Amino acid sequence: MAMTSSDRTMRGAAAIVGVADAASPTGVLDLHGRALEAAMVRAALDDAGLTLDDVDGVCHTNSSMQLAEYLGIHPNFTDSTNTGGSSFEVHAEHAAAAINAGVCDVVVSVYAATPRGDRGRGTARPRPQPQGEDPRAEWEAPYGLRMPMGPYALAASRHMAMYGTTSEHLAQIAVSTREWAARNPSARYRDPLTIDDVLASPMQSSPLHLLDCCLVTDGAGAFVMTSAERARSLAKPPVYVLGAGTCHDHLMITQMPDLATTPGVQSGQAAFSMAGVTPAQVDVLEAYDSFTITALLHLEDLGFCPKGEGGPYVMDGKLGPGGSLPTNTNGGGLSYTHPGMYGMFLIVEAVRQLRGEGGDRQVPGAEIAVAHGSGMVLSCMSTLVLGTEATL
Amino acid sequence: MTEDATPTVKRFEPPIGTASAPFWEATRDKRLLLPWCTACERPLWYPREVCPRCLDSAIEWREASGRGRVYAVTVDYKPQNPALAALGPYAVVLVELDEGVRLLGNMVGGDPEEVAVGMAVAVTWEPLSDGHHLVQFERAEP
Ligand SMILES: [Zn+2]
Repeated sequence: MAMTSSDRTMRGAAAIVGVADAASPTGVLDLHGRALEAAMVRAALDDAGLTLDDVDGVCHTNSSMQLAEYLGIHPNFTDSTNTGGSSFEVHAEHAAAAINAGVCDVVVSVYAATPRGDRGRGTARPRPQPQGEDPRAEWEAPYGLRMPMGPYALAASRHMAMYGTTSEHLAQIAVSTREWAARNPSARYRDPLTIDDVLASPMQSSPLHLLDCCLVTDGAGAFVMTSAERARSLAKPPVYVLGAGTCHDHLMITQMPDLATTPGVQSGQAAFSMAGVTPAQVDVLEAYDSFTITALLHLEDLGFCPKGEGGPYVMDGKLGPGGSLPTNTNGGGLSYTHPGMYGMFLIVEAVRQLRGEGGDRQVPGAEIAVAHGSGMVLSCMSTLVLGTEATL
Repeated sequence: MTEDATPTVKRFEPPIGTASAPFWEATRDKRLLLPWCTACERPLWYPREVCPRCLDSAIEWREASGRGRVYAVTVDYKPQNPALAALGPYAVVLVELDEGVRLLGNMVGGDPEEVAVGMAVAVTWEPLSDGHHLVQFERAEP
């Protein structure tokens, strides 16, 4: 790993100053495509007290060039990185580094996907089959491994065999997350959930039940980042990037070195090290929950509990409201929204918690939050440690 | 598996990569070959033009034991491929071969819900439409 504890020059150099997101209890949004992205960009800039004229950097998971053209802006920092669901944490890391280096001043990252609305419009597209010289086509696709849940199911089976993790342990994560969703009026599902409910839901790819799996909903979001110096003159309290780290160790699940350990070990160590923060100091954790097993792996790999102990660790409800590690406080991908690449919502919720804008779900006195994105099939982890002015 | 029966399940049939032609050719005779880096003296998987440890292109194909253990398993109850749905729930296994590399496959025969991590398995072959065979696994004596 190149990152060492001495590489802390980026700490606190950039801040998130504007956020926006959109989701609906119906799972469907009215807008879609670029129009929805533009609405998110505008809302995030409004939140910051900035305008499009201030933007000189853009990030998008598909084409930052096409996005900039649509918005009519001429950025000098451009980033089309796509690491799946962790893309937006990677965008934030890149943007903070670029701002720290003086490459640009105000960066916007935006995301919109409307899988449910697309069905109604007839614009839904099937998941593309890997083709040609793609090793996924040659070595995985013939076997009918359901995507994306099959790879996570394999990881869960491995974790269970290695460490004695149970379906009840995984279910508890869905239960605690639903308790947060009950406090979020935009969440897709807000009714209370029990462990038995999760275990009684139809098996999809064993050992994952339907309620171990994230939603499929429309959703969108954006964040705006600028220098710490400029951030202090803007509309909202800055949320500083204290640390950031990224690592990927495979693309297809069959190449993952250890199915029970993610590259979040590396991304987390890098981010915590840069921030000078330990997991025990984290007030709010936003950790990508594509599946219950995903969130459990993050708890271990980020160091909140030892490897293999994630199951027993969650059973006292500590991830839920009033617990010692408030996690996925908007209701997560499991109960709030999951349009496909959820990482944007991790950042938006972390920022709101650190500003005290959480409403019924506010974690009192939150000063340090972690947004931990997970992309593709546990492939690319990207960790942000965020903090208020008091943490600098 | 019936000997060279006509494929009964319409699978997604794998494209043959340029680096893996010797592997697929050997499957015509139901022989499992693994690519070895002669510089590292270790097998690599999936087949590549170069070794992912040393980038040397001295790749040699060697016959494998065809035996291993289940490293991870999932049973798919709601397959995306409608043709596979006709099979009913089936097990997808990631198998660690005795040589140390991990291959994906389905378990052939037996109750898919009884497949467990650590179970001893051996390679079996499913015919593809072009005369190649697909690696599959069946339970073996430990
Ligand atoms: Zn080598």
